[in-house]
Amino acid sequence: MRVKTYREAIIEAMMLEMRRDEKVFIIGEDISGGRGCGDFEGEAAGGPMGLTQGLWDEFGAKRVIDTPISETAIMGAAAGAALSGLRPIAELMFSDFFGVCFDQIYNQAAKFRFMYGEQGATPLVIRTMIGAGIGCGPQHSQSPYSIFANIPGLKVVTPSNPYDAKGLLISSIRDNDPVMFCEHKSLLGMEGNVPEDAYEVPLGKGKIIKEGNDITIVAIGQMVGITQDCVSKFEEKGISVEIIDPRSLSPFDEEIVYDSVEKTGRLLVIDESNPVCSFGSWIASMVSDEVFSSLKAPTRVLTPPHCPVPAAPNLEAAYLPDLDRIVEATDYLTNYS
Amino acid sequence: MQLSKDKLLDAYTRMKKIRVFEETMRDEFAKGTVPAFIHLYIGQEAIATGVCVELTDQDSISSTHRGHGHCIAKNSDLEKMTMEIFCRAEGLCEGKGGSMHIADLSVGMLGANAIVGANAPIAVGAALKQRVLGENLVSAAFIGDGASNQGAVFESMNLASVLKLPALFIFENNGYAEFTGIDYHCGGGDIAGRAEGFGMPSYKVDGSDFFAVQEVAAEAAERARRGEGPSAIECIAKRWYGHFEGDPQHYRTKEELETIRRDFDPLIIFRQKVEDAGLIENNDLNLIDDELSNQVTEAVEKAKNSPLPNVEELTTNVYEKGSY
Ligand SMILES: Cc1ncc(C[n+]2csc(CCOP(=O)(O)OP(=O)(O)O)c2C)c(N)n1
Ligand SMILES: [Mg+2]
Repeated sequence: MRVKTYREAIIEAMMLEMRRDEKVFIIGEDISGGRGCGDFEGEAAGGPMGLTQGLWDEFGAKRVIDTPISETAIMGAAAGAALSGLRPIAELMFSDFFGVCFDQIYNQAAKFRFMYGEQGATPLVIRTMIGAGIGCGPQHSQSPYSIFANIPGLKVVTPSNPYDAKGLLISSIRDNDPVMFCEHKSLLGMEGNVPEDAYEVPLGKGKIIKEGNDITIVAIGQMVGITQDCVSKFEEKGISVEIIDPRSLSPFDEEIVYDSVEKTGRLLVIDESNPVCSFGSWIASMVSDEVFSSLKAPTRVLTPPHCPVPAAPNLEAAYLPDLDRIVEATDYLTNYS
Repeated sequence: MQLSKDKLLDAYTRMKKIRVFEETMRDEFAKGTVPAFIHLYIGQEAIATGVCVELTDQDSISSTHRGHGHCIAKNSDLEKMTMEIFCRAEGLCEGKGGSMHIADLSVGMLGANAIVGANAPIAVGAALKQRVLGENLVSAAFIGDGASNQGAVFESMNLASVLKLPALFIFENNGYAEFTGIDYHCGGGDIAGRAEGFGMPSYKVDGSDFFAVQEVAAEAAERARRGEGPSAIECIAKRWYGHFEGDPQHYRTKEELETIRRDFDPLIIFRQKVEDAGLIENNDLNLIDDELSNQVTEAVEKAKNSPLPNVEELTTNVYEKGSY
């Protein structure tokens, strides 16, 4: 076992891919840090969260491109570079900033393949940080992946652990469509097994984290770990829970969920996005459409409430689905008759 | 220098209040009592103050992630502002916003902002009141050197210019956008010059010198009130500390950090000027110092001892009460 953090896994994926293919490069704000600071030569930061540490030292200014604070230009230039044959990794420091530059992502990059009649590909990865939990307040804590997944042409990935973060990022970089790669800020320090080689975790393939017979719980991103923390509580209650991590939302592994619900007859989704039109509600609707006859209870989706992420730490704690709410929802569904 | 003694004392009070407050926040952050990242305004006190002494409560400002100084300079309630930074129920934003989103609409402070550059169009919006309602007002946006590269900022300058709105674009050039220097991030290197290209008068001044800022802010504000449109002021100053508290600042030299404290301290520069000109006794200023240090300590203690919001408040304030 080779233990690495989620952050290290992300860096390693980029390093391996940049070594393998000279067309892969990274562009974003402060990704090295220290540019234009007098005689300073090295890497000052590797990003405010250290997510690009070491790239500058190995690849230098040609392929580690620090930019002014200009997200529209960064995302648009990355889209144009991808259309022109390069393989950019563009960093959108916090996913909340998508509001500044979404045109280049959803009207441009996501539509090139379709509206240009398949003349070219757009192999672009937008790495961006999502999620609540560490006191960043209303404009730095959101999880807008449901909005991204709503856009045809965009792929959306939400790794929940270091192993998947590395494998999914490698697959995303090798993928020929634009991918929103959503890194959860609460998971950056999480440790796990990360093999050394450049392995792929395929997009559109979910994973059964724990097998069980009574209820299917699909959890997204940070919610996977929070659900796993509930397992001993479920066992105490004699409830056999099957936990699925979809790993990518677009494309989405429908089969793994249908197969599971056909076995358990119950579905609970735990999702960190806003509740209205959340990705979780889409999963629930697909399950109702496709495997209705297997259901023994209504489907349920747990999300935060319909409000922005608050700054106050006690409110932020109450905002996120937690053990109590997950156990309560599970009880409700397993006792439903 | 034709400022009255009262105005000078007022200016000194605002600048010193910012300094004492931010030094205290620095200590509190180190102690782990502050629930979020904070960006300190120390070194730039003369900019917010030089502009805000020319504004009334009816005038607006829009601020940045580095917003504590703007709040204080615009005469926000210190206790409520401190409570907000500690995310307390009685804070200006009821604990929902925190340090990066403090707003005090009662004094025309339209909010700190965690989206870099987003505050510029908001200030332009406030300036529209002159055109729509004929109100005699000024609206100022504080914009960092890094933020000056955002499209939203360029669009705002152009809009204010073509509509002749009473907007002031106050560029706070502290040389850095996070960990990237202005020599790298700003094409042409001349922020004031870019603003001039939009057809507005633009100034470049020493942002460590209150008098340099205040003089052009007064001129620009008057022009705006006369209905003659926007102006831009690029204020060159120093950021004494890291981008946020906890930034190890590998990209700056020891010498730089030492010389800025010696040569670019807005408070020392102010004191020297007023004392040399015989405008104010040293002792008057010392009295202010003592008073402020008590005021800030009290505000921080009070904030720390006040309650966090009730958990039931999580879903309030999203829409107008009773409408949803
Ligand atoms: C749209 C957007 N992009 C990036 C950031 C991250 N960020 C926060 S502050 C900052 C640097 C701002 O530099 P400047 O405008 O010079 O202000 P200063 O910090 O020097 O006061 C960056 C890049 C952000 N908050 N919002
Ligand atoms: Mg700056």
